[in-house]
Formats: sequence, C-alpha cells, structure tokens
Amino acid sequence: MDTINSSDFNYIRDLVRRHSAIALEADKAYLVETRLAPLARQAGLASLQELIGLLRIQPTHPLHRQVVEAITTHETSFFRDIHPFDALKNTILPALLTRRHSSLTIWCAACSSGQEPFSIAMLVREHFPALVARQIRIIATDLSGAILARAREGLYSQIEINRGLPAALLTRYFDKQGLHWRIKSEIRRMVEFQQSNLAEPWPLMPPADLVFMRNVLIYFDVDTKKAILSRVRNILKPDGYLFLGSSETTLNLDTAFQPISLGKSTCYQLRQSKTP
Amino acid sequence: MAVLIVDDSRAMRSLLRHILKDAGFAVIEASDGQEALECLQRCREIDLVLVDWNMPGMDGYAFIRAVRAAPAYHEVRLMMVTAEAEIEQVSRALAAGADEYIMKPFTRDAVLEKLKLLGILPH
Ligand SMILES: C[S@@+](CC[C@H](N)C(=O)[O-])C[C@H]1O[C@@H](n2cnc3c(N)ncnc32)[C@H](O)[C@@H]1O
Ligand SMILES: [Mg+2]
Repeated sequence: MDTINSSDFNYIRDLVRRHSAIALEADKAYLVETRLAPLARQAGLASLQELIGLLRIQPTHPLHRQVVEAITTHETSFFRDIHPFDALKNTILPALLTRRHSSLTIWCAACSSGQEPFSIAMLVREHFPALVARQIRIIATDLSGAILARAREGLYSQIEINRGLPAALLTRYFDKQGLHWRIKSEIRRMVEFQQSNLAEPWPLMPPADLVFMRNVLIYFDVDTKKAILSRVRNILKPDGYLFLGSSETTLNLDTAFQPISLGKSTCYQLRQSKTP
Repeated sequence: MAVLIVDDSRAMRSLLRHILKDAGFAVIEASDGQEALECLQRCREIDLVLVDWNMPGMDGYAFIRAVRAAPAYHEVRLMMVTAEAEIEQVSRALAAGADEYIMKPFTRDAVLEKLKLLGILPH
C-alpha cells in the first residue's frame, strides 16, 4: 500500500479544493491513498508518489480532473431517503399545482448518476400526469462530466436497480439492455443535464420552484456552504422549497431559510420578508 | 415479526437468514412452495415471505398465486428473490400478487431498502 507524506497530501488537498471546493480533512490521508493508488496503476505509473510528481510538473494534465473524480463520492440511489419524495407527492406538488399556472422548474443540484432527477420525473409521471403536459423542467447538474455522461445514458446496473426502486416502476419505466437497464425516453426526456460547479459562478438558471441539493454541502467548508446557500436564496422563488440531505441543514449557516416539517422530512423555505 | 424464506438453495437461505436476523426478524425456512404453504398454515405470525422463483416441486410463481388465492393470507407481504431478471418476469410476478421483487445477486443494503419500501422496516 502506498502511503502519502504530508506535503503530497497537502498538494492533493489543494488540487481537490481548487477544482471542486471539496474540503479534505487532515484525517483523510487513507482515503487519498486508497482512491488514488488504483488511478496511478491505471495510468501506468509505479506509485502514488510518481502520480503526484507528474501532477506537479504538468498542471494541465487530464489526470488532475481524474484525481478529483476519484476522490469524489458519487453514492446515490433511486428515491434515496424516500421522505422528501413523499413530501413532494403528498404536499409540495399539489400545493404548487394550485398556486402556479405556468410551468414548474425543479433543480437537482449534484445529481450524480441521475437516480435523483429520474426519481422525481417518475414520481411526476406517476402521480401528476397533468403536470407533464403543462410543462415541468427538471434541470440536473453536477461537477463531474464523467458522471453526467452516465446520467445522460440512463443505463443502470442490476445492483443500482435493486436499490430503492419499486419493482412496479422498474416494469413501467425501464427496458432491459443486456445485463443493464435503460430508463425509457419518456422519463429521460424530462430531465436536462448540465455540467456546473456549485462553488463557481452558476450558469444562467431560471427561478426554481424546488431545489434538491442533497448530500453535497457536507463536503464543503463552512464559508463555501454559506456562499452556495446565499445563491440558492436568489434563484429560489419566494414560496419555493429547498431540500438538503438528511444529515445537512441551513441552521447556523443561513438565517434566511426556515425549516419546515413535512411528514418525516424537513425542507426549507425562505422566511417572508417583514417589509411593511 | 417473522419472515419466511423459501429457496431450494441452502446457501441462499443462509445468506438471507443472516441479513434478516441481524435486522431483528424471527426467521422460518422452507425449500419449496409446498413446504412454504404448510409453514404459513402452521405459523400465523409470518408477515413477509421472501420467495425464490425456480425451485423443484411448487415454484415461487405458483406459490405466490396460491397465497394470493387464499383470503386468509391477504395481509402477508410477498417479495420474489430470484435470478430471473427480465421485465416480463418482474411484471408476471407483480401481476400474480408479489409486492416487491429483488434480483440475485443482491447486497444486504438492497434487501433492507426493499423492506423499507414495503413499510416493514422504518426509514
Ligand atoms: C454523494 S453524491 C449525491 C447525489 C445525490 N444528490 C444524492 O443525494 O443521492 C455527491 C455529488 O456531488 C457532486 N459534486 C461534488 N462537488 C461538487 C461541486 N463543487 N459542484 C457540483 N457538484 C459537486 C459529485 O460529483 C457527486 O456526484
Ligand atoms: Mg432456486
């Protein structure tokens, strides 16, 4: 096993932070070792040290991006944590449908391999077919070009299909392709994928009725979380809803958001401004 | 809460038994559909059956149809656990009355997530 010295670790930590804002704590050396050693081997290099040596002298080498990719956690599943999806179905979408007369915009930030936006799309098609006709935009973004390419394919392994996806939805919205399963184009077409780094200027986004930004803020330092939440504030409609991951919160980060309990999930809404 | 595992493979039963016991369930086992029906009759505490498709004698599909034909068992939840992995088979199993379907090979987490989908484990 390659072990990493502190100067190499700091170099990787800075590289990862520069590209993704992901903050590697000092105790994550083992993670860097286990994730980068295979990358070094794949690249035909003898060791982790050699990989880092090459990164240092070739600052534009594609391996920089691959390092970030290897360090990033893409863990996700269909209908992850289920409660936010129950809240969408039981409360939020019915409420938005009565309040809105034009189209709805949902932004799924840090969408990984697509299970999250596709879960929303299947839920809408199952329970709110009228909304599909009335136009719903589901915009799904992620930092990683490689993971977005997978998401656009909509092709899942059996292991991924076994996780969180009700069998009834599997039969309605997927086709078997060899050993994999491909999401049907009626669902695929409902989601627009775009590459975007949450920590850098965002592409022009339409005002959002609903933002899913789950299991990504945890990787950032406090200042980055604050900066991102303040930008969410600007693109969320005044009566829109924000979902974070089940271990994430706006508390102590941004007082403009108010936690709201919906069933077993918590979402956040902007406090109404008190101007007379 | 009791779970009945029905599979002709002893190794598969043992794998599922470990997952379910760790999750706090009492586990009963049968190696084909006929034996499983007898277990259901004997033990009224069974809330969930994990059933293989391909077994000698009464297979899992016939078992599910038999259970769903008996009003006494209409609250029993049924999950097919099988290497059969075509859409048509998933659809057939659901149409026959299966509540869920998981394909072999599976991970422990996948089984537990399916039990959450069934409302048998809390999220
Ligand atoms: C753990 S996954 C979460 C996926 C999904 N939201 C969920 O909750 O299941 C985290 C994702 O955040 C993405 N990510 C990491 N840093 C990012 C950044 N600075 N901007 C946008 N996405 C980022 C990663 O590429 C990865 O796909
Ligand atoms: Mg068998």
